[in-house]
Amino acid sequence: MDLSLIIMQLLSGIALGAVLVITALGLTIVFGMLGVVNFAHGALFMIGAYAGLYLASLTGSFWWGLLLAPILIGAFGMLIEFVLIRRLYGRSIDDPLLLTFGLSYVLVEGVRIVFGSDGIPFPTPPQLIGVLDLGIGFFPRYRLFVIALVAVVLLVLWLTLEKTRVGLIVRAGARDPTIMQVLGVDIGRVWLAIFGLGVGLAALGGVLAGPMRSVNPEMGALVLAEAFVVTVIGGLGSIVGAVVAGLMVGISISMVALFAPEMATIVMFALMAVVLLIRPQGLFGVRGRTA
Amino acid sequence: MTSLSSCEAVAEPSPGGLGWLLEQRVLLSIAVLAVLPWLLPSQALAVNVLIYGVVVMGYNLLFGYTGLLSFGQAAFFGAGAYFTGIAIGRYGVPWFAAVPIAVGLSTCLAAAIGIVSTRTRGIYFSMVTLALAQLVYYVALQASSFTGGENGLRGFTVDRISLFGLPVNFLDPVNKYYVLMVFAALAMWFQSRILNSPFGAVIEAIRENEQRARACGYDVERSKLIVFMLSGAISSLGGCMLALHLSIVPLDILHYQTSGMIVMMVLLGGARSFFGPFVGAASFLILEDVISLWTPHWQIFVGAIFVLFVLFLPKGIWGTLADVVGIGKARQ
Repeated sequence: MDLSLIIMQLLSGIALGAVLVITALGLTIVFGMLGVVNFAHGALFMIGAYAGLYLASLTGSFWWGLLLAPILIGAFGMLIEFVLIRRLYGRSIDDPLLLTFGLSYVLVEGVRIVFGSDGIPFPTPPQLIGVLDLGIGFFPRYRLFVIALVAVVLLVLWLTLEKTRVGLIVRAGARDPTIMQVLGVDIGRVWLAIFGLGVGLAALGGVLAGPMRSVNPEMGALVLAEAFVVTVIGGLGSIVGAVVAGLMVGISISMVALFAPEMATIVMFALMAVVLLIRPQGLFGVRGRTA
Repeated sequence: MTSLSSCEAVAEPSPGGLGWLLEQRVLLSIAVLAVLPWLLPSQALAVNVLIYGVVVMGYNLLFGYTGLLSFGQAAFFGAGAYFTGIAIGRYGVPWFAAVPIAVGLSTCLAAAIGIVSTRTRGIYFSMVTLALAQLVYYVALQASSFTGGENGLRGFTVDRISLFGLPVNFLDPVNKYYVLMVFAALAMWFQSRILNSPFGAVIEAIRENEQRARACGYDVERSKLIVFMLSGAISSLGGCMLALHLSIVPLDILHYQTSGMIVMMVLLGGARSFFGPFVGAASFLILEDVISLWTPHWQIFVGAIFVLFVLFLPKGIWGTLADVVGIGKARQ
């Protein structure tokens, strides 16, 4: 097997991992702040893909879909937090999880009613069709774009969290919400915004994944399991963990697909089991809350 | 709940009156199940209530009594069904031997998944069980020479069985129902024994306060693993019943939607109670049956109803009823 093929496969893995990172990041940020694991995350990813597709066909441009779908679905996420999840703070930690699970049923069936049960092809934007010659091989332009865009989003998120006042409030709120309330911060509003951000990231992942996977109402189930695997490996609540584990899982899937294709879907779960046996709290997780 | 001021795990004293009647919970359940085919609109529905009732009952041991919210129970439900089908169809094992073999193998699977997942707590446990159950799903999908892959497992029809030398036509729905009911009765007796045992008190102590149970000297990790395996064993028996009933095993049985359905059923009926799982399975299946008469999109209603239950009736139908009448408290 020659080296250039392995490098190309590595790049594919990074592109795959980039979508996983964005999706898992939404999950992990919401957990880190609100202590809620959103079981509807996969369904919202799927809705993001449909929304992107719909908006792209409505406006005639993929780029509007890419921009508007995460914002709209993020706003929808805020509505979910405000109407449903807010009622469950202070109750058992299982309750938000159960509620979002029930919600995912409603969302998936809702999409089936509106768009039908069959998959819909998501066309690659015309500017990104085709492959680019990297010197050692040809690589799809769209996948390079996905890698670059995710890198930019990560950078913006990191700068916001570390360098701005809003980021300071968010980080402090994750550490100790009670003290933040004492200091006069409306923590409810912070939670609302964070939940919206998490859902928006799921939707962004959905739009980005659209041209790489087929868009169908069931796509969220696999994504949810993948996002869980990534957050468990990285450590729930850890942003660095989500990034490292997302890339790790993407690259593992892609590399295993090269040598043993039938093992590709299985490898990430095996990876998770190994990490759990060695380090139950995940690679970057904090011991105590979860393990 | 056993008094927590004491660390001694003991069974509770029997209450009198209506409580006494509920004390005979296994016999009471069998009596209701015996007439169920005539209470429900169709025989098929009754068989499904029986099967899912057993699966959900096993799950309740884990979720209701130990407080571990697993999202991977489909793995054991499916394993029971697949192992039964493979034993009968591929290796020619007689059906009555296939069932204990399948339950035994499924319990081994539960041990393997349990060793990894019981190392985690809280929400992590839910995520890890979901992921590991999905692993089982993909293994079954890939190992198509054994499992039939996407088409499901076929070719092990049990049409005629012999009960103590008496030939029974197993294709007759009524005969089938009562044969399967024997398995359900055994499972209920087993579950009732577990709950009445000191071990049953220990798992409830873990649910109420893990730290305290550990401080009392109970091996929390080992108890969790054991309850995980017992729960998997009972749910896998439901899988065996499904395989005998359908004569095919659909791949979807292993999907996480099935795990989710089990969670929904236990919550609708009422976790932490002996009757809750059967009430939940029956309500869910009747709801599905009725709604799908006028729309194929029954899931949207079931999902919405479930959300309302989480918000307003977290104790489920049976738990709420028991609270209103004022009986269930002693046994919950």
